[in-house]
Amino acid sequence: MSIVRPYGDTTGDGMVQLSFTLPIPHDKRAEGAAIQLANKMGMDPAMLVHAKPMGDGFTFFVVYGKVAHLVDTDKVQVVERDFPLLSAKEVNAAIKRGLRRRLNVVGACIGTDAHTVGIDAILNLKGIAGEKGLEYYSELSVTNMGAQVSVPDLVETARERKADAVLVSQVVTQRDAHLQNTRAMSAAFREALPAGKRPLLIVGGPRFDELMAPELGVDRIFSRGTTPREVASYLVHALAGGSK
Amino acid sequence: MAGKLDLDAAVVARARALAARAGQPVVDLARSHTTVSVERAVLRLAGVTGADPDGIPWVNRLVDAVRADVGLGHGVAVPVFHAMETAGVEDVTVLAQKAAAGSVRFTMPARPAKARQRARRATAAGLKTIDRRRAERDRLIKRFGDPKQRPWIYLIVATGDIYEDIPQAQAAARAGADVIAVIRSTGQSLLDYVPEGATREGFAGTYATQENFRLMRAALDETSKEVGRYVRLTNYASGLCMPEIATLAGLQRLDMMLNDSMYGILFRDINPIRTFVDQRFSRQIHARAGIIINTGEDNYLTTADAVDAAHTVTVSQLMNEYFAHEAGLADWQLGLGHAFEINPDLPDSFRMELAHALLARELFPDAPLKWMPPTKHMTGDVFRGNLLDGFFNLAGALTGQGILLVGMMTEAVVTPWISDRDIALQNVRYVLNGAGNLHEDFTPGPFIRGRANQVLSEAIDLLERIVDDGMLNAIADGTFGIMKRPADRGKGLDGVARQDEDYYNPVTEGLA
Repeated sequence: MSIVRPYGDTTGDGMVQLSFTLPIPHDKRAEGAAIQLANKMGMDPAMLVHAKPMGDGFTFFVVYGKVAHLVDTDKVQVVERDFPLLSAKEVNAAIKRGLRRRLNVVGACIGTDAHTVGIDAILNLKGIAGEKGLEYYSELSVTNMGAQVSVPDLVETARERKADAVLVSQVVTQRDAHLQNTRAMSAAFREALPAGKRPLLIVGGPRFDELMAPELGVDRIFSRGTTPREVASYLVHALAGGSK
Repeated sequence: MAGKLDLDAAVVARARALAARAGQPVVDLARSHTTVSVERAVLRLAGVTGADPDGIPWVNRLVDAVRADVGLGHGVAVPVFHAMETAGVEDVTVLAQKAAAGSVRFTMPARPAKARQRARRATAAGLKTIDRRRAERDRLIKRFGDPKQRPWIYLIVATGDIYEDIPQAQAAARAGADVIAVIRSTGQSLLDYVPEGATREGFAGTYATQENFRLMRAALDETSKEVGRYVRLTNYASGLCMPEIATLAGLQRLDMMLNDSMYGILFRDINPIRTFVDQRFSRQIHARAGIIINTGEDNYLTTADAVDAAHTVTVSQLMNEYFAHEAGLADWQLGLGHAFEINPDLPDSFRMELAHALLARELFPDAPLKWMPPTKHMTGDVFRGNLLDGFFNLAGALTGQGILLVGMMTEAVVTPWISDRDIALQNVRYVLNGAGNLHEDFTPGPFIRGRANQVLSEAIDLLERIVDDGMLNAIADGTFGIMKRPADRGKGLDGVARQDEDYYNPVTEGLA
């Protein structure tokens, strides 16, 4: 079953919904324009189910319709988890065995980003969704630098704490700030430290594309929905010789 | 609406007394220190305007020059106005330019009376402008009227470009917004100067500048006339330039300002002493200007758990109230903050929200209260988000909140689209139309009463600990919002100075 199409209420019906705004006043012509857009997007037939004027020159539309496209799930490219998901106990045991010392993690929100919710969810003892953060792992030594940390401060702290891994969270994405900040960060680490001494660089945030790691100069990208346990398991996989 | 929770008046009085005891040492600290930004605000009121060719305001250049010669501890007013006389300069901005070029030296006169008098006269002119703006607001409210309903509907615009913000703000007001907030560019809070002029570039927001304030206020005056109600304008007196931004807000007739007593410390890592000194001055200005402050308790709940940390919100509200009263603000000016941030998967989450919201309402019956929408549990599932926002609106109506920040279903996804705002306002209108008066029929039962009383008693326990530990230690230990912020660290500490014996500030004198 590698070929699928959207499902409304019958297998193979191809039904999707779409909402958007056109910068024109609401009238018959505007509704026609909305259907034309839906048709061009591959929805055929397209049913205009809702049209509402907003302010002076805008109209909001909801369209339901059928698409003919097929998707082949075998041809989808994603970063599959290439490491085993471990429990906290297994993570701690693997670090003890592999490193014979605690694994040092430094985390921060860099640039002007003040949204610590991501880094806190991963690092704080409190964690997220019932899963404890990295501070809970006895074999992880965690430094959370908080928000609006400058890249030089991050490099300095990573050096001072002999960080094995640096975790950076980026939530604000306006004008691609998350990409620019990440590039600046990885460049600074490359400049400051020789390849063998460089900590593992990990970035996370809801709008990252996990496939962009090489392009951004980092070792791993974690996207929306990542849990502390996944990050801990990855750290062990990459730094402490896995869980064997 | 008071009296639904059976709060014990003696317990409430005890909470207030503890807040006063916890806050008193901080007020003493604020009264005995000054900062570069307080001094720059004084100079702005004395008439220094504009910036050098690099965009550094002349107030910054002047304060830096005075500080280099005589330090900050005397206040800048006396050395500046003494130098005006000795250098034979009539215009303070010209003096700033000369000082920046190195052609003026600053000294403390042996007899400061004359310089004090001149400084007093100059800053009195600035305060008079603020008074005129306030009277102007009163006139416009009389002419156009206040919003017909409570809560007032508060909407955010944030494009980064003031000329793009203006039509969006006007459209939002026509669609029903009573209060427009222009979100600041991310990172402005950490700039130790206020940018100049109209700005068209910003990150996730638009810079707060005097000219941007003026442009937006003028545009909303037009819209107020058109829609037949006075549309209020909000900005942010927070960060390193809090006193100056408060001053500019007063000079340009902004109506509300975000102004929390601890936000900068906890969330921007600004030095605690810097924050408390700046905050006291900015609140004195807000009091004079008739500006409603909005405090930032909602932020605690985005980092800490909204159930476990509910009492920290109450404690912070009590502290904010104490500091605000001390600075001269009246109850009607206290938009104390709180938020709808309990995990919606918890059983009885909505009942707990009602308990917390009602507790704030009954503790502060004469304050407008700023009710903030869910953000932490908004996931990108916009359909569920819209439902949560509906419940948030209902809780606001049911508990008599004064200012309702409209939640967007696309929170955590994109900065709001025009359609997101329209859907959000439709949500608010439905709830207020359909259930705006439901509070008349709503009597909480034992669950909500019990929860509210429990939060209040936890707040009292925490206040007792803060009184024992000292406020600064409590902040250093991470009592609020989990972040640990020691008093000898944080940004902006180098801009703080202890007041000398002969410290003189004509503005605080004029405001007292």
